[in-house]
Amino acid sequence: MTGYSPDYHVETPANLAEALEKLAAEPGKWRPLAGGTDLMVLFDAGMLRDRHLLNIARLRELRGIEASAHEVRIGALATYTEIKRDELLAHELPMLGRAARESGAIAIQNRGTIGGNIVNASPAADTPPALLAYGAQVELVSLRGSRTVDYAEFHSGYKTMDLAPDELLLRVRIPRDPRLDGALHDYRKVGTRRAQAISKVALAAVGRVDSGRVTLCRLGMASVAPVPARMRNVEGEIVDNALSDEVIDRAVAAVDADISPIDDVRSTRGYRLQVSKNLVRSFLLRLREHGDDRR
Amino acid sequence: MTNASKESFRFVVNGEPREVTNYPLSRLLDVLREDLELTGTKEGCGEGECGACSVLIDGRLVNSCLVPLAQVEGATVQTIEGVADGERLHRVQRAFVEHNGAQCGICTPGMVMAALELLAEHPTPTIEQIREGLAGNLCRCTGYIKIFEAVVAACQQTEGPR
Ligand SMILES: Cc1cc2nc3c(=O)[nH]c(=O)nc-3n(C[C@H](O)[C@H](O)[C@H](O)COP(=O)(O)OP(=O)(O)OC[C@H]3O[C@@H](n4cnc5c(N)ncnc54)[C@H](O)[C@@H]3O)c2cc1C
Ligand code: FES
Ligand code: FES
Repeated sequence: MTGYSPDYHVETPANLAEALEKLAAEPGKWRPLAGGTDLMVLFDAGMLRDRHLLNIARLRELRGIEASAHEVRIGALATYTEIKRDELLAHELPMLGRAARESGAIAIQNRGTIGGNIVNASPAADTPPALLAYGAQVELVSLRGSRTVDYAEFHSGYKTMDLAPDELLLRVRIPRDPRLDGALHDYRKVGTRRAQAISKVALAAVGRVDSGRVTLCRLGMASVAPVPARMRNVEGEIVDNALSDEVIDRAVAAVDADISPIDDVRSTRGYRLQVSKNLVRSFLLRLREHGDDRR
Repeated sequence: MTNASKESFRFVVNGEPREVTNYPLSRLLDVLREDLELTGTKEGCGEGECGACSVLIDGRLVNSCLVPLAQVEGATVQTIEGVADGERLHRVQRAFVEHNGAQCGICTPGMVMAALELLAEHPTPTIEQIREGLAGNLCRCTGYIKIFEAVVAACQQTEGPR
């Protein structure tokens, strides 16, 4: 069964100001449509409830990947293909390209956007763990102005988030932290096939050791909670410590406090918990091995 | 609830300017097959998983079942009908014929479009790149070996762009 197209209105604003006016005039009425790789699947299944779509796919203001001295800005409309090809990202924030490369096949990567991935808010989405590990922020814009919030605070529950009906996600902002250079960047997706499968569990982690102590450690996980999960309890056991066996054991035990996996069609709670712990342990063991070495 | 109205959209298909009047959320797949009678593009899953509906938009591989008409306004679309040069098959198509890369043929147009994007991006692809390039295209008949052989063979021919 497919959706019935006569039921759906689509407007294509010429620029960001026009788009924001439309959203402000009738808040909650217009659903932004970017690459359509989530929304059109719903439409094709006859399950798209929003009947008014705002086609933002061409808005120049939401495009492009650029960098200043202090941060990298990824436009909400940046596609997986653009992200995986970007040289600065490959060099400084390599887990984003890894996540992009493992998201769907080429035809999905050519259309799917990072903004759509964030706002679609699937707990299984692949770019959020990397965004969490890199301490990303999201910039939201409306006629009222623009505001920037920590991505780790953006999702409030299953498919709920800090985004007002008159706002668009403008861009993702990631600090260019010099400590990332020489850090260990570890991205793992455990699915049924290597790419293209919706993850059963994914981990993105970044860590750094200086003079025997961990000076940077951030981990994000997918498919282990109602929202993409930042692993603050694990991080708390690690930062400022030396990676002894005991510290690693305590950090792995802290995984229980950071995630709340469920049973669903793709996997079970017990499996996800065990895989999460294994992924965290393997990251920490690799970080210990990586040590102060700046290859 | 009020129904949407049909609107006119203009875009280029296989080199020819076309104008289609239909609902803006109509799937490009249906517009191609029904409005433009280009039935070479197939529907498999209707949800982005199988690649049977693959076409190129502005040179990039997409699943036409996931593209609404409103988003092709002003774009350039290439379908399987635009791949051969008159009677002369593209080297990818020839390779599919010579290596028995098609059985029932439902996946074949999509496979050929995916191979075109692959060759445009990686003129001499590695096996891993071929695998990645075709990973979004499912085939229920061939077991993929013959398709791979066809694409590998097409890659090895070096007679210019065709
Ligand atoms: C076959 C297939 C495989 C897939 N594989 C993966 C995978 O491996 N990993 C993965 O994470 N995802 C996967 N996806 C899901 C999807 O491709 C991604 O979530 C994609 O990033 C969505 O982006 P989009 O631009 O296509 O979103 P759309 O469908 O256009 O929009 C998605 C949601 O985001 C909202 N939105 C989009 N942009 C904005 C904005 N700028 N401001 C406010 N709201 C906005 C829309 O209103 C909508 O609610 C897959 C999908 C398919 C069909
Ligand atoms: S019909 Fe479009 S991907 Fe299957
Ligand atoms: S030849 Fe029948 S699906 Fe591929």
